[in-house]
Amino acid sequence: SRIRPLSLAGHVGFDSLPDQLVNKSTCQGFCFNILCIGETGIGKSTLMDTLFNTNFENFESSHFEPQVKLRAQTYDLHESNVRLRLTVVNTVGFGDQMNKQESYQPVVDYIDRQFESYLQEELKIKRSLHNYHDSRVHACLYFISPSGHSLKSLDLVTMKKLDSKVNIIPVIAKADTISKSELHKFKIKIMSELVSNGVQIYQFPLDDETVAKVNTTMNGHLPFAVVGSTEEVSIGNKMVKARQYPWGVVQVENENHCDFVKLREMLICVNMEDLREQTHTRHYELYRRCKLEEMGFKDTDPECKPVSLQQTYVAKRQEFLVELQKREDEMRQMFVQRVKEKEAELKEAERELQTRFEQLKRLHADEKAALEEKKRLLEEDQSSFSKRRAAAQLLQAQSLTANGKKDKDRKK
Amino acid sequence: MCVTADCCVSTPEAAGELETDPLTLMEEREKKERGIMGQDQEEGGKTEGQPANMNSQDSMTENEENCVELCTEVEEKGKEKGMEEGELKKEIELEAEVKLELCQSIPGLQMSLIRGTDLFGYVGIEAILDQMKRKTMKAGFEFNIMVVGQSGLGKSTLVNTLFKSKVSRRSNYEEKISKTVKLHSVSHVIEEKGVKMKLTVIDTPGFGDQINNENCWEPIVKYINEQYEKYLREELCVNRKRRIPDSRVHCCIYFLPATGHRLRPIDVEFMKRLGKIVSIVPVIAKADTLTIEERQEFKERIRHDLVANGIHVYPQKEYDEDPEDHILNNRIRENIPFAVVGTDKEHQVNGNKVLGRKTKWGIIEVENVEHCEFACLRDLLIRSHLQDLKDVTHNIHYETYRVRRLTESNMDFGELGLPTWPLENGTRDKCESESHL
Repeated sequence: SRIRPLSLAGHVGFDSLPDQLVNKSTCQGFCFNILCIGETGIGKSTLMDTLFNTNFENFESSHFEPQVKLRAQTYDLHESNVRLRLTVVNTVGFGDQMNKQESYQPVVDYIDRQFESYLQEELKIKRSLHNYHDSRVHACLYFISPSGHSLKSLDLVTMKKLDSKVNIIPVIAKADTISKSELHKFKIKIMSELVSNGVQIYQFPLDDETVAKVNTTMNGHLPFAVVGSTEEVSIGNKMVKARQYPWGVVQVENENHCDFVKLREMLICVNMEDLREQTHTRHYELYRRCKLEEMGFKDTDPECKPVSLQQTYVAKRQEFLVELQKREDEMRQMFVQRVKEKEAELKEAERELQTRFEQLKRLHADEKAALEEKKRLLEEDQSSFSKRRAAAQLLQAQSLTANGKKDKDRKK
Repeated sequence: MCVTADCCVSTPEAAGELETDPLTLMEEREKKERGIMGQDQEEGGKTEGQPANMNSQDSMTENEENCVELCTEVEEKGKEKGMEEGELKKEIELEAEVKLELCQSIPGLQMSLIRGTDLFGYVGIEAILDQMKRKTMKAGFEFNIMVVGQSGLGKSTLVNTLFKSKVSRRSNYEEKISKTVKLHSVSHVIEEKGVKMKLTVIDTPGFGDQINNENCWEPIVKYINEQYEKYLREELCVNRKRRIPDSRVHCCIYFLPATGHRLRPIDVEFMKRLGKIVSIVPVIAKADTLTIEERQEFKERIRHDLVANGIHVYPQKEYDEDPEDHILNNRIRENIPFAVVGTDKEHQVNGNKVLGRKTKWGIIEVENVEHCEFACLRDLLIRSHLQDLKDVTHNIHYETYRVRRLTESNMDFGELGLPTWPLENGTRDKCESESHL
């Protein structure tokens, strides 16, 4: 290769480059998003409070949620000059339903939605990726219930669906209910079940020598058995986070009591950046690749010649426009047909109306004729009657005059 | 011994030490906590040195007040009790700052406010800075610098002086002047204190050397755009590389001959065109031919000409991100173009070996700010703004190119409606439209 290493004759000063980079990131702030999956009441919120030494807004969920939901809350945390935008996503109602077949789906959908919105931003023409609030899930804490036996099938199914989408860190919750020897057996059982079911959990990275040793050790302690508590109990002359029982005190930060310290170290102090990087370079790329392939974009066409996104895009766009045109034509046709039908209906109705009208008219005419007839008869009657009356009167008048004449004649 | 007192007069400094010995977890933690609270002064100075980075002025002043309170408390307690490790750790835990703040609501997110002067314990979030540093150091850096100017202005010498090694081959004055501007790039890997950098120097022999120099910038513009295009193609691939190789030009040093007069037409044309697509840093070459007064006047006239012609050179005013950046960059803007002298020869001055040019009337010390501004240029380019140059190239120039390219090819993915790809939902939409009729 043409790239030759050169030695420098003095101090140039670009060794400050990592600092320059880190300072820029510090100005912008960091994003970190944790997803906690676990049954209701298993201690997700308490663990988050304990991890981040604070009191997030929590409220107990009911056990009667009809479906699994996710609740996301975002906080701005400051420590020395580091600004961390932390989003904690909790499942609500996980494991409470009678039928848990679809329980994993809302979680998968949520994770995919975050990838989708990042992808959309990335594909925009005018985009602002460096200002973008990254909401993709960087770490998923899966809370295993401390039965002491093995993983539940719900656990296996859910983790299997998530292992290619997010970094899974399984933890055993409420670990103070398991004894040390049981815990050891439990951990082994869990890990072997995960392996035999092909579930890929997050492995702490070994490529950096500074942390390879501690990460290797920690990988061997998975899953971490944790206890969470925000209450303090005084031990000796110190106040420590602990849970107080009648038979003793479980100290959260005591490595002999539980693995909380290990979890905090691994999650925050040693591997936070790696979790973010894996999410971006592995999980998100996989999602992006699948999504683009689903949409028909490829890097090489069937003859294995490289195809630029632009060509594919233009082809797709043509298809899309043709399809659009086809649908438009169909719609237009349908519209025309509907109109015709309606017209025919209307015509039919009109015709009907017309015939009825004719009918009625005829009826009316008939009646009128009948009436006329009657009238005529009546008039005839009337006229004959008046004639007869006239005749009768005349007769009467004649008879009167005849009678008068007769009388006159007699008198003479 | 208070952290805040130190950091108020902090200077941007070189890297702090990395943790190399693996201690047990709790021991490491205590060490870091102590570091936070100020027994490790450098760490404190480095981390607290940027007050303008906080969200709002209010929170910053609150922070500072708290800092001051804390420090006095620690001092008092220290005196009273006499620190043992356990107690020290407890106090540090109680007094370290983790503040939760109200942030502007972003639609779709439930933002939460936790306010108060309750001090919570140390979490270890700031360890992310170290993690990030380690990762970037492991990955290495890339930097591509282009030098443009007529032959004989000392371009190669300057680059060699900047990077203290023979990164650029000095053109032999016996070679013929080429008929066209040809670009050639040479890459080297240099390392300093564990930081590996792949440095690429792109030379432009033939620029401005012809009798007719019209359009001599075209090959350069073409080259720069080609690099953007290469990157864009990689970025748009379905199967992309984890790390896209970056050959984009991060900085273009433009050499102005020390005429003492003003900008020449070729300078104006070149900088106008290229200022839109790349970060230009103009320098006055072979500045040892100008006296200090001549230099000042020359610079003023150049600055005036730049403004008059609407030329934007690095650092551009529009891209200042916050008030502190603005002040810093204003100071730089008042001094550009830097008047530089380059050399790779060393001479003895006052018992020290310095880089300089020896003449009969004296030795011009290259790294002496009284003699020339080479040190300022070096500090700007390498020690303080190298990452910024890369960021401006990536976030601004490359994005501008991308927007132009995508609108040219009418590629609007939004038009295709990513989540509701119509070809899949064809039947559904049809049914809906039917019911409307």
